Amino acid sequence: MLRRLYHDQPASFAFTPANQAWAEGQIAKYPAGRQASAIIPLLWRAQEQEGWLTRPAIEHVAKMLGLAYIRALEVATFYFMFQLQPVGSIAHVQVCGTLSCMLCGSEDLMQVCKDKISPKAHHLSADGRFSWEEVECLGACTNAPMAQIGKDYYEDLTPARLSGLLDEMAAGRVPVPGPQNGRYAAEPMKGLTSLTKHESGRTKYNGSAQLAVDIGDTVKRVDGTEVPLRTPWIAGSGTVVKERPAKVAAPKAVAPKAAEVEVEEAAPEILTAPRGGAGDDLKLIVGVGPKLEALLHELGFWHFVQIANWTPAQVAWVNSRLGTFKGRIERDDWIEQARVLSRK
Amino acid sequence: MLKDQDRIFTNLYGMHDRSLKGAQMRGHWDGTKDILGKGRDWIINEMKASGLRGRGGAGFPTGLKWSFMPKETDGRPAYLVVNADESEPGTCKDREIMRHDPHTLVEGCLIASFAMGAHACYIYIRGEYVREKEALQNAIDVAYDAGLVGKNACGSGWDFDIYLHHGAGAYICGEETALLESLEGKKGMPRMKPPFPAGAGLYGCPTTVNNVESIAVVPTILRRGAAWFAGFGRPNNTGTKLFAISGHVNNPCVVEEEMSIPFKELIDKHCGGIRGGWKNLKAVIPGGSSVPCLRAEQMEEAIMDFDWLREKRSGLGTAAVIVMDQSTDMIKAIWRLSKFYKHESCGQCTPCREGTGWMMRVMERLVKGEAAVEEIDMLLDVTKQVEGHTICALGDAAAWPIQGLIRNFRDEIEDRIKGRGMRVAAE
Repeated sequence: MLRRLYHDQPASFAFTPANQAWAEGQIAKYPAGRQASAIIPLLWRAQEQEGWLTRPAIEHVAKMLGLAYIRALEVATFYFMFQLQPVGSIAHVQVCGTLSCMLCGSEDLMQVCKDKISPKAHHLSADGRFSWEEVECLGACTNAPMAQIGKDYYEDLTPARLSGLLDEMAAGRVPVPGPQNGRYAAEPMKGLTSLTKHESGRTKYNGSAQLAVDIGDTVKRVDGTEVPLRTPWIAGSGTVVKERPAKVAAPKAVAPKAAEVEVEEAAPEILTAPRGGAGDDLKLIVGVGPKLEALLHELGFWHFVQIANWTPAQVAWVNSRLGTFKGRIERDDWIEQARVLSRK
Repeated sequence: MLKDQDRIFTNLYGMHDRSLKGAQMRGHWDGTKDILGKGRDWIINEMKASGLRGRGGAGFPTGLKWSFMPKETDGRPAYLVVNADESEPGTCKDREIMRHDPHTLVEGCLIASFAMGAHACYIYIRGEYVREKEALQNAIDVAYDAGLVGKNACGSGWDFDIYLHHGAGAYICGEETALLESLEGKKGMPRMKPPFPAGAGLYGCPTTVNNVESIAVVPTILRRGAAWFAGFGRPNNTGTKLFAISGHVNNPCVVEEEMSIPFKELIDKHCGGIRGGWKNLKAVIPGGSSVPCLRAEQMEEAIMDFDWLREKRSGLGTAAVIVMDQSTDMIKAIWRLSKFYKHESCGQCTPCREGTGWMMRVMERLVKGEAAVEEIDMLLDVTKQVEGHTICALGDAAAWPIQGLIRNFRDEIEDRIKGRGMRVAAE
């Protein structure tokens, strides 16, 4: 199915500090050199933070993982959970429409969405607070019909109940997820037919709904502070990641692009000839070829240490003299690369 | 009927203590070190003897699958990958394991990984299961804290790491090689086989992909013995099984039962019967959306296992039983599944990419009766051209429900076409 990026994109994206730490912990789950594996979890967290998946977010994640943008774009457009257009500011409602739910009345649920939110899926409601879509089987078939709102499953729904849920959410409340007809989980509604013996330690709600109530982030934009970060798979790290794992040396995410933030230009230190008669091989910087190297020489840069010391203002100065290569400094993170190379 | 003492998933509904301590009280994580101490060969032989067939749909013998993993390592690590991408319409059993009885799965991962020489296991859970992911991760975290997994897991001397990974809403990632592609950070497009994952799977290393339920039953089978497990069900269809019954029954539910349980007993005991009584039953899809439907007459005597349903040209699949009563428009029901497969085709193989859309559009017309009777056979012919001509089984899965419909409800399709014809003539 053809899925394209939204026409109106924000200027930039950055993870919140807690989400950034979380993301770095995720990357550590995969063997060295396989950090691309983390792309779905990272894109997903970006969407959880913003509500939908923006192009700057996709590019940001690609950079973090050292991937070409197109690889990240491929993933973002292939998987249907990635919302490529803005969603309702309060909630995006996903009604399961596949067979079991259809048999139990999902078409009526969708009618509620059409009436209350928007006649068309993926369109915002008039007040911009809700959006909806029909999704394929969500895997809660014995609790049909159901819908996922935000992070949670609202099961055993009726049109009236769904309508009520939307009203409550519009009023700023988050109803308790799970079965809406008094059932606990996926047991027979009219009483247990198995596992009746040892009742103990029962919490008020089932495993899913209890977490939803305890954490309270059903329709929240996630900033990473909701639950403590635990990464037991990082040996010797304790449970909390404190610093970036050494193995993932992907180019570091960079602060706002020059094009997005106006920075006063300032001239950096310029040389007329390389110090000691010989310059560094600037082509060692990924993204710098013979042409760019010649241009850099022309501008007066011969050494890694020069580049490593550029301030944002100086970057802006160089950028404005790079012609068609403008923006490459940030895109390929020359400064970080030069910093590493200058140490060798 | 299966007795509670013989149920493996003792907290299926989450009504009991869901913590590690609670699970241990119910017998999980008991003597795991001793089980590992008996060695790889013993474990694999027990699994073979138990007769466990994969619970993800295909029913391939689990012990045999494990034995395909290389005995000696050539320097590459081995991986266990658990398929928790439960997306087959009608199927919602693994969800109950992961949110309510996750410790069974974590323990199973350790034992299975040990048996195939893997020090690392990835569980790939579907992205929509947000809370299930959190519940399972909590279980993994406490297992690390208790020393049950991690370095020197359970004091066995075996180092074992277990990672939870999630997808983002693609049914195709339930196919094992598509799952591996997705886990490597790519689009979930199935790989050609061979090479099979046991030779070159995740990151090009030997890998076994197993369903959640297949892995979660392992510790109990090994604790209670292969003979105990093999004592349930008919030969070649042994063990207990989670059934998920949805649709037009009085009390839809997920329940663990003996394999080869008669359909009637399953529905009457646990689901309070068919909505409106047995006479009101019209059709059943006995194993998730990919298997052909069967008529009420066939289902009344049905035995719920791999072989019986295969004989009737359907299948047990994931044991996701979708029940439809007389009020159901069968053609529309199967059209909905065609729509599902069209939506989920990854687009890699032409017969599937084009065929699923074509089949859906014809089904759309059949629902309205806007077709010629000859088109039924044409549709059947196209399903045969899609079936078996694609890299993975999604093409087959899209074809079978339609074949089942034409085989069992041809009269209904014809009536609708003729009925419309008469209406047109009358107008």
